[in-house]
Amino acid sequence: MREEEIVLSMGPQHPSTHGVLRLILRVAGEEVLSVEPEIGYLHRGFEKLGEASSYIGYTPIVDRQDYLTSASNEFAFCLAAERIAGIEVPKRAQYLRVIAAELNRIASHLVWLGTWCLDLGGALGGGTTIYMYCFRERERILDLLEEWTGARLLYGILQPGGIRYDLPRGFHEKAKESLELVLSRIDEYHDFLSGNPVFVERTRGVGVASAELCKALGLSGPIIRGAGIPFDVRKAMPYSSYEDFDFTIPTGKDGDCYDRYVVRMEEMRQAIRITMQALEGLPEGPINPRPHYRSPVAFRPPKGEAISCVESPRGMICAYIVSDGTERPYRVRWRTPSFAAVQAMRYIAPGHKVADMVSILGSLDPVLGDVDR
Amino acid sequence: MIADIWTWIWAFVGGAILAFIAILIIAYLTWIERKFAGRAQSRIGPYWVGRPHGWLQPIADVIKIMLKEDIVPEDADKISFNLAPMFVFVPAMMLFAPIPISEGLVLSDLTLGLLYFLAVSSLSAIGIFMAGWGSNSKYAMLSGMRTVAQMISYEVPLVLTLIVPALSYGSFKLSEIVELQKGGWFLTKPFIGQTTFLLFLLAGLAELKKPPFDVPEAESELVAGFSVEYSGMKFAFFYAAEYAHLLAVSALGAVLFLGGWDGPFIPGFLWFFLKTFFLLFLILWIRWSFIRVRIDQIIGFGWKFLFPLSILNLAIAGLIVL
Repeated sequence: MREEEIVLSMGPQHPSTHGVLRLILRVAGEEVLSVEPEIGYLHRGFEKLGEASSYIGYTPIVDRQDYLTSASNEFAFCLAAERIAGIEVPKRAQYLRVIAAELNRIASHLVWLGTWCLDLGGALGGGTTIYMYCFRERERILDLLEEWTGARLLYGILQPGGIRYDLPRGFHEKAKESLELVLSRIDEYHDFLSGNPVFVERTRGVGVASAELCKALGLSGPIIRGAGIPFDVRKAMPYSSYEDFDFTIPTGKDGDCYDRYVVRMEEMRQAIRITMQALEGLPEGPINPRPHYRSPVAFRPPKGEAISCVESPRGMICAYIVSDGTERPYRVRWRTPSFAAVQAMRYIAPGHKVADMVSILGSLDPVLGDVDR
Repeated sequence: MIADIWTWIWAFVGGAILAFIAILIIAYLTWIERKFAGRAQSRIGPYWVGRPHGWLQPIADVIKIMLKEDIVPEDADKISFNLAPMFVFVPAMMLFAPIPISEGLVLSDLTLGLLYFLAVSSLSAIGIFMAGWGSNSKYAMLSGMRTVAQMISYEVPLVLTLIVPALSYGSFKLSEIVELQKGGWFLTKPFIGQTTFLLFLLAGLAELKKPPFDVPEAESELVAGFSVEYSGMKFAFFYAAEYAHLLAVSALGAVLFLGGWDGPFIPGFLWFFLKTFFLLFLILWIRWSFIRVRIDQIIGFGWKFLFPLSILNLAIAGLIVL
C-alpha cells in the first residue's frame, strides 16, 4: 500500500449506497484505485422461504425481494409454476399482467431517476428538485395501482394460473390521463437534464461498461442495452402475449452513465406505449383458468422443474422451481439482475473519482433487496 | 483620549448590533431558502411550526440545536476540532464590517474595504481545513483537502474580477464606490459591467462553496464533508457561517454592481436590502436547479476558463479606464 492511499469504507450506512451496500474503496487523493462491494446486509432467505410456504402463499412474499418492482418478481414465479403445472393462462389475465408489470416499470424507473439525480446533485441542491418531480409523477402511477390492487408498493396481484383482481371501473380513463401526463413530464425532465451541460459532463464517459464486460458478467436490462446489445427478454423470449404489442428496444452506444440514462428514459416511454395498447386491446373473458384457489394449498403442480425469465426494470429476473408434487416447492432458486450489476462496480469504477462512485452505482440501479434476496 | 474611548465603545456596541441583526437575518435566511426550495420543487416547505407558513421554524431549529449533545470524537485533535467552528464563524461575521448599508451607516468605513473583504473571506478555508484535519475522519479529511484546492483556485479569479470595479472608480473604499455609482450602476456600464458581473457570480458561487460547486460538503459521496463529526452548536456555527458568507457576498455584489443604497422613492437601506436579496435569490435559484460539478471539473473550470477570462476582463477594463 502506497503512503498516500487510504481505505474508505462507503456504507453500509451511507446516504447514497441505495440501501445497505458497503463499498470498500482504496483511494489515492480523489482517485479511486479499487472497489470491493460487500453484500449480504439485507439477506432474508427468500429461497428457503419458498420451500416453507405454499405456491399461493409465496407470491406475496416474493414481492419483497425487489421491492420496487414487485409485479416482475411475481411474474417470474407464476410463469415458472404454471409451466410445471401446464396451465394455460387466459388472454385477459395475460394482458392484465402486462399492464401491472409495465406500470410498475414506469414507477421503478421514476424512482431510479430521482434517486440517481439525488446522488449526482446532492440532497441540498438541484438533485432534489428532479427527485421531487419524479416522485410527484410516480404518485400518479401508484394511485392507479392502489385503486386496482389496494397496495401501493407490494401488490400481491398475480397468482399461479392468472391474476387476483380485475380492473376497477373507470380505470381506463384514469390510466390514460395519468400516462399522458407522465409522458409529457418525461420529456420535460429530459430537457431539464440533458440540456444541462453540468449533467452531461458528469455522466458522459463515466462508468463505461463495454459490451464484452456486460456479457462476461451476465449483466442484463438497461445496462447491457446501454452498451449496445439489444437484448430484452420481452422480445427475445416473449411471454404473456408480449408479442402482441408494438414496442422498440432502445439501445445506447458507449455503455456509459449517460447511455444508461437515455435507455431508461426511452424505456419509460415504451412502457407507456405498451400499457396503452394493452388497455385498448384488452380482451374479454375470465381472469383465472378456473374458480379462485379457495385455499392456499389448492395449487399442487405435478413433479417436475421449470425455469422462467421475465424482463424486470433492472434486467433479467429468473425463477427456477423444482416441484415434488406437493403444495410447496421443493426448491426455489432466483437469478436476479442487481446481483450481477453490483459486481460490475469492481470492473468499471476504478480510475474514476470518489464523486463518480455514487453516480456509477446509481446508474447501475441496484436494489439491495434484489442483490441479497 | 475621550475620542479614543468613544471609538472603542462604538466598535463594540456597533459590532454587537450588526452581528445581532446579521444572525437574525441568517436565521430567517434558512427559512426563506427552505420556502424557496419548497416552491421550486412543488412542495410547501415548513408549515406547522408557527402557522401559517412556519415562521417560527428558525427559532425552533435554534432551540433544538442548542439542546443537542455536543459530541467530540475520542481520537479527534481536540484543539483544532474545538477551535475550527470559531475560525469559520468569526471571519464570516467580520465580513459585514466594511459594507455600507446606507449613507453614513457603516460600521467601519475602511479605505481598503474591498481588499479587507477579500482577505477575511479567504480565512474560512483555514477553519474548514482545521475541522477536516481535527475530526480524524476520512470523509472530513477528503473534504478539507477539496476545500483548500477549491478556495485557492477561485480566490485568484475572484480577486481579479473584483479589482475591476475598484479600477473603474479608482477606489477600494466601498462607500466611495457606491457614491460614484450615483450616475449609473456598474452593471449598466457597457460590456465590462456585464462580463464582470457574470464572472463575479461564477467565482463567487464557487468561493461560497454553494451548489453546484459544493464539493467540500458533497453529502452524496462525503456524507457531510468537514462537518460530519460535529453536532450541536459547533455544527450550527458552520451552518451559520455558510449563510453569513452567502449574505455578505450578496451584499458585496449589491454594493459593487447594483449601486448599493442608491435608488429613488424609498429609503436607502431598503434599496440596499432589496438588491442584496435579489442577488441572494439569484444564487438560490442556481442552487436548486443544477447538479453538483465534480472536483476535478471545478478546478479545471477555475484555472482553464475563469482565470484567463478574468485576466482578459481586467485587461479590457484597464484599457477602457485609460
